[in-house]
Amino acid sequence: MKYYRSHILIGINETSIAAGVQGFILALRKELGKVGLSDEINLLETGPLGFFGKGICLTVYPENIHYENVKIEDVQELVEEHFLKGRPVPRLILEASSKFQPQFNYKKRIVLRNSGLIDPESIDAYLGTGGYEAWEKALLNMQPQQIVEEVKASGLRGRGGAGFPVGLKWSFTAPLEAKQKYVVVNADEGEPGTFKDRLIMEGDPHQLLEGTMICARAIGATKAYIYIRGEYKLCIMRLQKAIDQCRAYGIIGENIFDSGFDLDIEIKIGAGAYVCGEETALIESLEGNRGHPRWKPPFPGVKGLWQAPTVVNNVETLANVPYIIANGADEFKKHGTPECSGTKVYTILGDVAYPGLCEVDMGTPLRTIINDYAGGMKKGFKFKAALVGGAAGVILSDRLLDVNMDLVSLDEYSAVLGSGAILVMNEHQSIVDILWSILRFFRHESCGQCAPCKNGTQLLYRLINKIKKGEGTMDDVDMMITVAETMQYTSFCALGQSPIMAVRSAIENFRDEFIAITKE
Amino acid sequence: MYKEICSKYAPTKDNLIYILHEIQDAEPQHYISKEAVLAVSDYLKLPENHIYGVMTFYSMYSTTPRGKHIIRLCESPPCYIKGSENILRKLGIILGVEVGETTKDGMFTLELCACLGVCGNAPVMMINEDVYGDLSEEKVEEIIESIRGRQ
Repeated sequence: MKYYRSHILIGINETSIAAGVQGFILALRKELGKVGLSDEINLLETGPLGFFGKGICLTVYPENIHYENVKIEDVQELVEEHFLKGRPVPRLILEASSKFQPQFNYKKRIVLRNSGLIDPESIDAYLGTGGYEAWEKALLNMQPQQIVEEVKASGLRGRGGAGFPVGLKWSFTAPLEAKQKYVVVNADEGEPGTFKDRLIMEGDPHQLLEGTMICARAIGATKAYIYIRGEYKLCIMRLQKAIDQCRAYGIIGENIFDSGFDLDIEIKIGAGAYVCGEETALIESLEGNRGHPRWKPPFPGVKGLWQAPTVVNNVETLANVPYIIANGADEFKKHGTPECSGTKVYTILGDVAYPGLCEVDMGTPLRTIINDYAGGMKKGFKFKAALVGGAAGVILSDRLLDVNMDLVSLDEYSAVLGSGAILVMNEHQSIVDILWSILRFFRHESCGQCAPCKNGTQLLYRLINKIKKGEGTMDDVDMMITVAETMQYTSFCALGQSPIMAVRSAIENFRDEFIAITKE
Repeated sequence: MYKEICSKYAPTKDNLIYILHEIQDAEPQHYISKEAVLAVSDYLKLPENHIYGVMTFYSMYSTTPRGKHIIRLCESPPCYIKGSENILRKLGIILGVEVGETTKDGMFTLELCACLGVCGNAPVMMINEDVYGDLSEEKVEEIIESIRGRQ
């Protein structure tokens, strides 16, 4: 193996591509060649680096220096100063990295263990980290029943929002006799503020594929689909590349590793509908229909895609599976709380000092996440509220800053963990305003199939609009709770059942603000 | 053209979404015409109303002609609190159109959309396939001007 003095990791994502990262890399390679450093310095194009800098971002190892907003014009200076003379360029250094580095704590990571460290477009890089060993183990040394039991024992729960126990879900489908079964990966990430799945797929597509394969083996499916939203161009490209590499290596295909097991994985692209994140709506969409959720039961595990037994799992959920199979359920349970094991990937946004991506143990309180992983509040701002879990989430006040963030603890406060989005708001931001934005979102995204949701989302928007304009009364405010509660009890799917969480938490936690803006 | 695109896919219903995507991308005005619907209906042996139903359900399809560049500004909460309303106002002034309209020269269509999943760089918009983040009123002006200049 070649030995390099330094490694430059370049984050390739939607933002850096827009900033011209491809041209930048060419220029950097050329400049390194010019000064004769091509053999000493390794240039690695990778996924998300774990912080959201502006423009093109770099991380340099072993110095562990993070640069942001680097431009083509800076290449010469960067090479000359940093790589030739060993003096990092202060004006380009990411401000956050000089103060704290906990975001880069790779030891505790499961899902993101390779993200930002390996080339996501190279299967060899993934194999080098022990990749596909769990798949080999699951295929050759374990019976499907054992895989299901191991996942059950791990206590892994779905990471898409509902938190259903994964092993249990698989155990419904595994014993069914059917000509064809399917695994569907739900990568139709649409919850506002959530993009962990995008970063998981951009940073380490092979880990998701490995999890998908293990799931297919456990339930006896020979075909898997990844349903991904059309906007995620880079994910689609990287996943397709990863699938092609697996086919070429014989990791998927027919009679894999002479086990007699066949599996094929295919990408399916969505067309823009939030409701398709609901598993039965997603299945309808895959079949070429409008994305209207189906009546349950029968659940997809029994009758799903083309009426065949189908397991639908979220990206993050499946990305946990290789670790569980490779290291065992007990190792996995060392992370998180007894009822809620493992880690959770969050995207922290809004008025924090350093917005970013982090993976922490389940049960880590919101205060720790904000302070230790996002550098606290932005300078000069005070914490007022956090929208946790996207539009289908709750607005938490500072009263709940120390609650453990896991499914069980949050449930006691009628709060949810949701999809992993944390949107932090400062004291100047209006709760009425943010609720207006959330309800406008629901009004747009209701699929219109069932009356409570179709009419309810319209009515909620009309009420909040009136209140926002200062024309509402406290009766209107309380009416919103009544409407949202009715929707919760009568709506067909989770979309219509969700607005109550934002509505109730906003009004209960910040009632004064509603009193101030309404008429007598 | 429509037949050619259709024939790349097996004539099964689950390919409808892909065929529509490809037809719309091939159309300079980024929409799906009545003729296209008839051709797809014929190929997939599906009633036209099913195709219209699907087209109008998903936000990425349009039944009316649009501009050469489709601007989709995110209006979800993370972009909203970072000032997407100001960006929208600015875009309206620069382009002289309301949401859903196309500029007279057929260059731009202004649309709003739900979360694009690039919230780390809010406020965000997409123009055709490209994502633009960390938008400010000045930056928006530059972007539009540079696209106009490219023509």
